[in-house]
Amino acid sequence: MIARALVLGLSLATAGCATTNSDPRDPLEGVNRAVFAFNDKADEVVLRPAARLYRNVTSRGLRDVVRNFFSNLDDLFIGANNLLQGKGEQAVNDWLRFAFNTTFGLLGIHDWATEMGLEKHNEDFGQTLGYWGVGDGMYLVLPILGPSTLRDTAALPVDWQGDPVVMHTPVDERNALTATRIVARRTDLLGASRTLEEAALDRYVFLRESYLQQRRSQIYDGRPPRERRPAD
Amino acid sequence: MKTKLACAALAFAANAALAGITPPDELVKTVMLDMQRTIVQDKDLKGGDRAKTMQVIEQKALPYFNYPGMAALAVGVNWRKATPEQKKRLAEEFRTLLVRTYASSLSSFGDQQFEFRPLRLKPDDTDVTVQVRVLQPGSQPVVVEYDMEKTPEGWKCYDVRVAGISLVVNYRTEFSAIVRDKGIDGLIATLETKNKSLEAAEAKK
Repeated sequence: MIARALVLGLSLATAGCATTNSDPRDPLEGVNRAVFAFNDKADEVVLRPAARLYRNVTSRGLRDVVRNFFSNLDDLFIGANNLLQGKGEQAVNDWLRFAFNTTFGLLGIHDWATEMGLEKHNEDFGQTLGYWGVGDGMYLVLPILGPSTLRDTAALPVDWQGDPVVMHTPVDERNALTATRIVARRTDLLGASRTLEEAALDRYVFLRESYLQQRRSQIYDGRPPRERRPAD
Repeated sequence: MKTKLACAALAFAANAALAGITPPDELVKTVMLDMQRTIVQDKDLKGGDRAKTMQVIEQKALPYFNYPGMAALAVGVNWRKATPEQKKRLAEEFRTLLVRTYASSLSSFGDQQFEFRPLRLKPDDTDVTVQVRVLQPGSQPVVVEYDMEKTPEGWKCYDVRVAGISLVVNYRTEFSAIVRDKGIDGLIATLETKNKSLEAAEAKK
């Protein structure tokens, strides 16, 4: 599926080169838009219906349990990334979360740690690279995976190495876990995608801006320095 | 003596007027909790009645948004090239878009818990950021930030950032591309079309 999407993207690359590049952060806009359109279609045909089905057949309680379970698995690698960024205290916080939630929280299905004041963090290897000064690089839309940048794409293999779901064997269990996680995450975003639909004049641009701004905010742990206002 | 008294009275009046302005952090808290209460208590609103939600937003939240200022920031450098009439229409269309987007984001609103961060407001502050954290189990809290400025009518919001994504910055990129291709009238037309298509989509439901 991904391979085929790549071919589709590449074959459209020539078309992409013909368009004038309006945004210096997005030199591959033509290709990106093609992949975006493909992803949109895949979302419409496969992912969104699956997410709606999931929402209709599960209770809110069950969805919380599933979300907590996957969120707990993430905490190990989040802690590792905090350590790589020299944030020792936050790393300890993340691993304590994992320890408590895995034991008292019954394999993570209850998030007791948050109630105990151990806050959930958001880290990945792309943010770690960003923390150490690696710039975004160009904006990329990846087949199926969606918005990314050159830096974040380069970081992905490391994220996968640190992901207990991706690394899980046997493969059929891994696939089932991965599918569940993707559908569950998409379900959480059903509201957001409708807002995007209504707010955006051009969804491609809106999503690109949102991604780039959000990554910047994440790299600075929610406290990015104020950007200078453009002189008018 | 009399002048002294008059001065004192004036100073007192000035102080009272100052005290009469709700501080920005309190304002945000009051409005957000009021919105949440209203939605939770009303069946139609909870069920996602869009027209009614928009009405509530216009009554309860919109007075605290400086939407002409937001429109100006979103249009950016091109704002100065717009005629007063164009500015007025841009502000109106932006207002409609803002209310709609707000209404749409409220439909996934429920019994979330908010954590309001107190603000250390200095008397001469005229531009501050109020932070609210939306707590949800199993995920990182979502930080919502309101950039607020002091106006003669009290504190007003001129940008909202959700998880670091600024509404104004997002629109600035979109708007500038449209203005470059189609001019300011083109932007007004695009906004009009967008708002009308959303209205039509609602009417169909």
